[in-house]
Amino acid sequence: MSNDPTHQFVVSKIVPIEIGGVDFSFTNASLFMVASAVAASAFLYFSTSNRGLVPSRSQSVAESAYEFTASMLREGAGSHGMKFFPLVFSLFMFVLTANLLGMFPYFFTVTSQIIVTLSLALLVIGTVLVYGFYKHGFHFLGIFVPSGVPPILLLLVTPIELISFLSRPISLSVRLFANMLAGHITLKVFAGFVASLGAMGTLGIAGSILPLIMTVALTGLEFLVAFLQAYVFAVLTCMYLNDAVHGGH
Amino acid sequence: MFISPAYAQTAPAEEATHTETGTAHEAGKGVFPPFDSQTYPSQILWLVITFGLFYMLMQKVIAPRIGSILEHRHDRIAQDLDEAGRMKAEADAAIETYEKELAAARAKAGSIAATARAEAKAKADAERAAIEAELSAKISAAEARIADIKAQAFAEVGTIAEETTSAIVEQLIGAKASEGELKAAVSAAKEA
Repeated sequence: MSNDPTHQFVVSKIVPIEIGGVDFSFTNASLFMVASAVAASAFLYFSTSNRGLVPSRSQSVAESAYEFTASMLREGAGSHGMKFFPLVFSLFMFVLTANLLGMFPYFFTVTSQIIVTLSLALLVIGTVLVYGFYKHGFHFLGIFVPSGVPPILLLLVTPIELISFLSRPISLSVRLFANMLAGHITLKVFAGFVASLGAMGTLGIAGSILPLIMTVALTGLEFLVAFLQAYVFAVLTCMYLNDAVHGGH
Repeated sequence: MFISPAYAQTAPAEEATHTETGTAHEAGKGVFPPFDSQTYPSQILWLVITFGLFYMLMQKVIAPRIGSILEHRHDRIAQDLDEAGRMKAEADAAIETYEKELAAARAKAGSIAATARAEAKAKADAERAAIEAELSAKISAAEARIADIKAQAFAEVGTIAEETTSAIVEQLIGAKASEGELKAAVSAAKEA
């Protein structure tokens, strides 16, 4: 049972809560959502509490995260997009912290749940839609009609634009979900090899060196993926927000 | 009810895989955990709560705070750069003034030296002229004295000759010659 690579994704209840027949229990997933939010908040809050003119090490990490996100958003959505900075920064920090926390053995990975990544993706697309229609009104639909395209081609291009827009929440959520899921399963499988080969005597222990090297290498790779996927999620958020800010042209 | 043979065959097989995988999971659920929709309401609720609070904290506290830290630093750096630029301008002005003063002092020193040289030369010339005049006066006085002495010596030659002649004559002849005779003889000898 403990060798089952999908066991780590099982959501188990810690405090059962049921409202109107729907299960709202506080689960291990909830616990790690709280942990991610608290860890990220605590780090950002305490590292910047000195407001040092010359930053301490932790303060410069917090500042780099801020400047990194800010430049990402400015490049993606222009200076008008900076009003969404708290959203992009929160998404980036939350996803990054959740991904990194998931790297600890026995810790639950919040972002390996499709419903979590889908909710975050829908939040982004919802923001784009609400702000887009609020800012541009009906003209917001112009993002589906690229300018400078012959009218006959529009019959082809507009459905493609529409489909690509509708697939955004899916691609955004599935990319993060699948990366975290696949990475953790692979790690678990290779680590499982080490354990099961190691139980097979001297030859097994010698043979388990290969999957052990693989596990170590994959752990490094997974840390990279944890950061990279948080970055990709934030960058795509910025690009989608660009549509909301600048509308169709 | 009509059940196709194919369905009848697959249905138990499906059930079998469900139970088989189900034993591997908790609570006997046969679904892959992330696709277990039973957990969705709870996950959405807790995500909304945690991410909502996190977002609010970021928006109200963290983002403004880091923003103000960076802005403050940016201002400070700009201010320091301005200060440095101002100081550099001051230093440049000071160097310019110094060099101007140095050049003026050098020119002044040159003129003082030239004046001093000219004065010294004039003084030396005057002294030399005075000394030369004095020397030539002394030379001409000495020459005059030499001429006097010479003339006097020549004048006395006659007297000495007369005395010598009278003494010689007295020795030779035992008689004194008269003064007129002596004078005539001496002057005759002198002329000869």
